[in-house]
Amino acid sequence: MSGDRSNDRMSDRISDRILAVDRLTMRFGGIVAINELSFAAERRRITALIGPNGAGKTTVFNCITGFYKPTSGTMRLTHEGGGEIALERLNDFRISKQAKVARTFQNIRLFPGMTALENLMVAQHNALMRASGLTFLGLIGAPSWRSAEKRAIELATFWLNRIGLFDRADDAAGNLPYGDQRRLEIARAMCTEPALLCLDEPAAGLNARESEALSELLLSIRADQGTSILLIEHDMSVVMEISDHVVVMDYGVKIAEGSPQQVRDDPKVIAAYLGADEQEAIAVMESGT
Amino acid sequence: MTLPASEPKPATRAPDLVFILKKSAISAFIALVLFSLMIGIRTEAGPTGQLIYWTRFDDLAAIVAAVFGGSIVIELLRAWWGPAGTINVVPPSLQGSLAIAGRLVAPALLIFTLLVPVIFYHQRYILDLGILVLTYVMLGWGLNVVVGLAGLLDLGYVAFYAVGAYSYALLATHFGLSFWICLPLAGILASLWGVMLGFPVLRLRGDYLAIVTLAFGEIIRLVIINWQSLTGGPNGVSSIPRPSLFGIPLTPGDDGLAARLGIEFSPTHRIVFLFYLILALALLTNWVTIRLRRLPIGRAWEALREDEVACRALGINTTTTKLTAFATGALFGGFAGAFFATRQGFISPESFTFNESALVLAIVVLGGMGSQLGVALAALTMIGGFELFRGLEQFRMLVFGLAMVLLMIWRPRGIIGHRAPTVYLKQAQAISSDLVKEGHG
Repeated sequence: MSGDRSNDRMSDRISDRILAVDRLTMRFGGIVAINELSFAAERRRITALIGPNGAGKTTVFNCITGFYKPTSGTMRLTHEGGGEIALERLNDFRISKQAKVARTFQNIRLFPGMTALENLMVAQHNALMRASGLTFLGLIGAPSWRSAEKRAIELATFWLNRIGLFDRADDAAGNLPYGDQRRLEIARAMCTEPALLCLDEPAAGLNARESEALSELLLSIRADQGTSILLIEHDMSVVMEISDHVVVMDYGVKIAEGSPQQVRDDPKVIAAYLGADEQEAIAVMESGT
Repeated sequence: MTLPASEPKPATRAPDLVFILKKSAISAFIALVLFSLMIGIRTEAGPTGQLIYWTRFDDLAAIVAAVFGGSIVIELLRAWWGPAGTINVVPPSLQGSLAIAGRLVAPALLIFTLLVPVIFYHQRYILDLGILVLTYVMLGWGLNVVVGLAGLLDLGYVAFYAVGAYSYALLATHFGLSFWICLPLAGILASLWGVMLGFPVLRLRGDYLAIVTLAFGEIIRLVIINWQSLTGGPNGVSSIPRPSLFGIPLTPGDDGLAARLGIEFSPTHRIVFLFYLILALALLTNWVTIRLRRLPIGRAWEALREDEVACRALGINTTTTKLTAFATGALFGGFAGAFFATRQGFISPESFTFNESALVLAIVVLGGMGSQLGVALAALTMIGGFELFRGLEQFRMLVFGLAMVLLMIWRPRGIIGHRAPTVYLKQAQAISSDLVKEGHG
């Protein structure tokens, strides 16, 4: 459905696309936040969405994850079995429930008054809801519910171990250090067993060591779970290290895309970053070397 | 109680005497300004209509001195057993024994409640008061699902209480259905109304939600008043059948319980029966709520209170989650309403005013939102306190208001402010109220 775009540089790749965004436009009144944006994310790959501040990256995320309804354009999600879902027709919680797209937030949105373990249990809500027979089987303590709950705790424990928070499982999420909260939010998203994981600036506020650990975590998620990842990131060292494909946005349009190497050398990208912020442009040029 | 092992800073540990004196002096000054006209000068109309007045500066001085002394005491108490966020000066050994005592409160309270009809068998007043307290405990536990767990501020909870009461009253008087058939029906009807209220308010948050629920409570009351042909309007419904013990009536007749057991009839039997009935209903509410908290729906309620946007991102249907919270809360309200109708034998719209909603909400907030034990303690304090201060006549509300203000200064998140986790790997740790959100609609 996107092969008709002849100027699409991606069409000559062997594509196993999980997400194809086609001419996505989002207007807020007179402001065009995203203008005819097209890009694709491939299965089991890490796709990075970068761009100067205010380029419209988070708006793209909000469209993909159902928080905004796009003005026009399509977003097609293809599951491994071949099932296609038009994301622009789903809204709200159905994106996560049916389309299996999970997300994290730029400013962490954990449930601060619940423990780390509880946060991961809430993420398995839909599976547990089915297992508890819409609460009724759970209320009478049916054995099937108990085993389902045990499995859910096992999955949560698996992810707590994975992010190194097993020892703090029973601590309130709001009490965890910032870096741990970031990782817990990713683990929580992974507990929904998503096909596509959307991360909004996962490295924001992390120090160099924590960023390194984050990169490792994301690479291992891609390798072990086979989850496709779409991420917005300002930390160029993370982007250059882990991305398979980079899409660069500025003022709501795509200005470049390709491998991290290609993007880094692209004069349009450098111009966009130079125009926006000298520091970031230098970061783009220097990183990965 | 586990406190982070932070080093207490000596500067904040010792109560700063100058600070306390300064604060008390300010309080005393405010009292002086406030009471100088109210108490300091007494005015009255003289026999010919002229104004006569005289001064009472000694009373004024006493009040100001009381405020000054009182503030010092309160400040010292605060420094000693401070509110959330300040460093606790309570020694750890005392804290340990307090924690043990805290764990024993609930079982001790339950055993005592079970024994109340035995201990106070001949004191009808205490039994009636017990039934009243238990009714409010049940209402508090029901509303706790909506306000405490799901974080939806509901100011019209009395509507469901009314629906339950009128459901039983009308079904029993018109169709002669027994209490045990009507009880579930009343609950179901009330929860249907809960869902009906839920739909229009799904998009509302915080203050707006509170206003609509408040209006909903009033609508139900006004409909009851004005739909005379069905509800009898302001005259209410009278001669509502008394409950039977599974078909055996508690009457002095030959087929009554007393005759069948071969014991002498006493009207207290019915009171005791009602006491255990409401206790059973309240415990059912408690049991269901505790179980629901550990089920995905209960966790979703609490997650909704913490962060609605995150819930949606995790694929939780916030619409049905909110509606089930409203329906569950209303269900228990309906049960309590049916019990109220059968206990009173007569109901009228006057029993279902906004005051009742406010009282139940106060119980939930005072108890510590989400805490079952806290709600029970708050109901006991509030309803029991009401009766305790009955001797004070018109000062009752004054004393009562003061007690509430003090409690809220002392424990801003209610009697039991911390949250217990629903699941744990190693050890369940109480979560400090600073982290738990109140919900915003």
